[in-house]
Amino acid sequence: MKLQEADAKSLLVAQGLPVPVWEVAHTAPEARAAAERFLADGADKVVIKAQVLIGGRGKAGGVKLAASGAEAEAVAGQILGMDIKGMTVRKVLVGPAADIVKEFYLAAVLDRAERGILLMGSAEGGVEIERVAETNPEAIVRLHAHPLLGLQDFAARELAFAMGLGAHLKAAVAIAKGLVTTMKAYDADLVEINPLAIVRETGPDGTTVERLVCLDAKITLDDSALARHPGLEDLRDPDEEAPEDKEAREAGLTFIKLDGTIGCMVNGAGLAMATMDLVKRAGGRPANFLDIGGGARADKVAAAMQLILADPKVNAILVNIFGGITRGDEVAQGLIEARAQQTRDVPMVVRIVGTNATEAAALLEEARFQTAGSLDEAAAKAVEASRAAGTAGAVA
Amino acid sequence: MSILVGRDTRLVVQGITGREGGFHAQASLEYGTNVVAGVTPGKGGQRALDGAVPVFDTVAEAVRETGANTSLIFVPAAGAPDAVMEAAESGIASIFCITEGIPALDMIAAVDVVRARGARLIGPNCPGATSPGRAKVGIIPGSIHLEGRVGVVSRSGTLTYEAVQAMTDAGVGQSTCVGIGGDPIIGTTFLDVLQLFAADDETDAIVLIGEIGGAAEETAAAWAGEHLADVPKVAFIAGRTAPEGKRMGHAGAIISGGAGTAASKVDALEAAGFRVAGSPTELPGLLRDAGYRG
Repeated sequence: MKLQEADAKSLLVAQGLPVPVWEVAHTAPEARAAAERFLADGADKVVIKAQVLIGGRGKAGGVKLAASGAEAEAVAGQILGMDIKGMTVRKVLVGPAADIVKEFYLAAVLDRAERGILLMGSAEGGVEIERVAETNPEAIVRLHAHPLLGLQDFAARELAFAMGLGAHLKAAVAIAKGLVTTMKAYDADLVEINPLAIVRETGPDGTTVERLVCLDAKITLDDSALARHPGLEDLRDPDEEAPEDKEAREAGLTFIKLDGTIGCMVNGAGLAMATMDLVKRAGGRPANFLDIGGGARADKVAAAMQLILADPKVNAILVNIFGGITRGDEVAQGLIEARAQQTRDVPMVVRIVGTNATEAAALLEEARFQTAGSLDEAAAKAVEASRAAGTAGAVA
Repeated sequence: MSILVGRDTRLVVQGITGREGGFHAQASLEYGTNVVAGVTPGKGGQRALDGAVPVFDTVAEAVRETGANTSLIFVPAAGAPDAVMEAAESGIASIFCITEGIPALDMIAAVDVVRARGARLIGPNCPGATSPGRAKVGIIPGSIHLEGRVGVVSRSGTLTYEAVQAMTDAGVGQSTCVGIGGDPIIGTTFLDVLQLFAADDETDAIVLIGEIGGAAEETAAAWAGEHLADVPKVAFIAGRTAPEGKRMGHAGAIISGGAGTAASKVDALEAAGFRVAGSPTELPGLLRDAGYRG
């Protein structure tokens, strides 16, 4: 689960990391009020940032400066409702604009190959780290946290020196260690600060000080661990989750909508991906990824069928079940029940092999389902059915 | 010989009194696996699988009393990392963890403990391993196998069944089939399994079944290109049609920042001398094309 910048920053603050103040606004007048408070507190300008779960906000025009309350309201009015790569902006973050001296990159990520937490730092901040990795890989410092002890002080110092943060050693060490602590505290897969920045601030006595702060934050949480952090589920942005995704999650199904015409219902993630691939190979387009999981019974099959049929583009369905834990006859029974309830008639090709396949075949034959023996045959038949339905639709 | 599981396997099932644990322990026993013990804390002294197998409170006790050397874990996600560490600390050599949905950071500590003990963890979120005709440790249906000399390694469950069934239907038998699991943090990688197959005198060819996400297929391919140059090698990669940035069911199956794509894996495998199938049903034919005569 991805977190919005403002929520990610709240978690960093809770772990004691330095993050400049901000407010979240849902309307342009709210943004104006927030901006006026920051300007009254001495900020020269405020920054207004779109809160969407997608990168490249700045380039898309979702990050802007304002020098007055009126300007903040106008700018927020432009950003709110803006479409950024298919996502509608529904709120903005407002904060004092930072006087940036230098930008860095720092992140803690799950490292699959090493089975550990990898710290990545770079003096080239503010740009996409993937781009730095391509153009200037030696500019990225990498080291691992200890699997049991976390990031040790000496390792954090090594990282800070290598990033050129010797002048801010104490703060850099605290932030690097804080990223790992944050990762562990909330079971995050990724905690990314880009940019981590040295900013110039005016102290209470009017003197100028330089400080290392987290200007942006991106956190991705491990979905498998959400159950033990009940408060974090509340941070799931309902606007960012499509209704069908929510329905699938609540039914215990893994569903990802695509833009094709052939609905797929499969048991097992790898087989579900392979089934989509074979639909494409046979000349069709899969409408979704759907894994009904192991041991699925009739009620899950019915819920899966509803999800597939809710997509108006679906004009054929391919059911592919390789029974192991899952029993073929229970899926067949579920399909028969689901078809009796379904509101529109869509051709269906069913392939059930493995555990209780013989019983499943008898049920399907009696109910006059179109069946297939091999996966390749099933994909070909589904593509054919989708084409026929598409042509019929065009004629009608 | 086969790898990981065989005639010398002495299996302890952790979570044997649970629904899944009991069902699959029974199936493993019926397949001919030497199931010597079960462990459920608090149920020590009972017998499981219709009285065939003694149940112990701890893995250490099971090892002491029965000489168990392999463990199969069906403990729920909240307790599974602890079960893995208990097995490692008790002297179990090969630990198969079937449990899915374990938080990734928990597995970092568990893998570290397993490594420190010199044990091997397969999984989590894996279907286990079967050496046809010898032993089955896990949930792969026994009926799909045929005894033979092709080593199969896969990140998936049902997709492995599909591929193995296609091989069996074509008369191509298997030495050992290993599912390494679909999670981001797993104990045994494609590379580890290829190295075991390379050292096995009863494995003459390799089938690798990968999917999008990470770079484990690429790493294994590079090694195989160098060390298994003369061995017939075929592969299938799932997820050619998967969109970027979405987790495709498996926690580890995600393309991020343009990395972990099917195309990248297919290219790496082909460059290393693998023949890559467009469908699992093509795998046995491609093995023949690659010179496999088993």
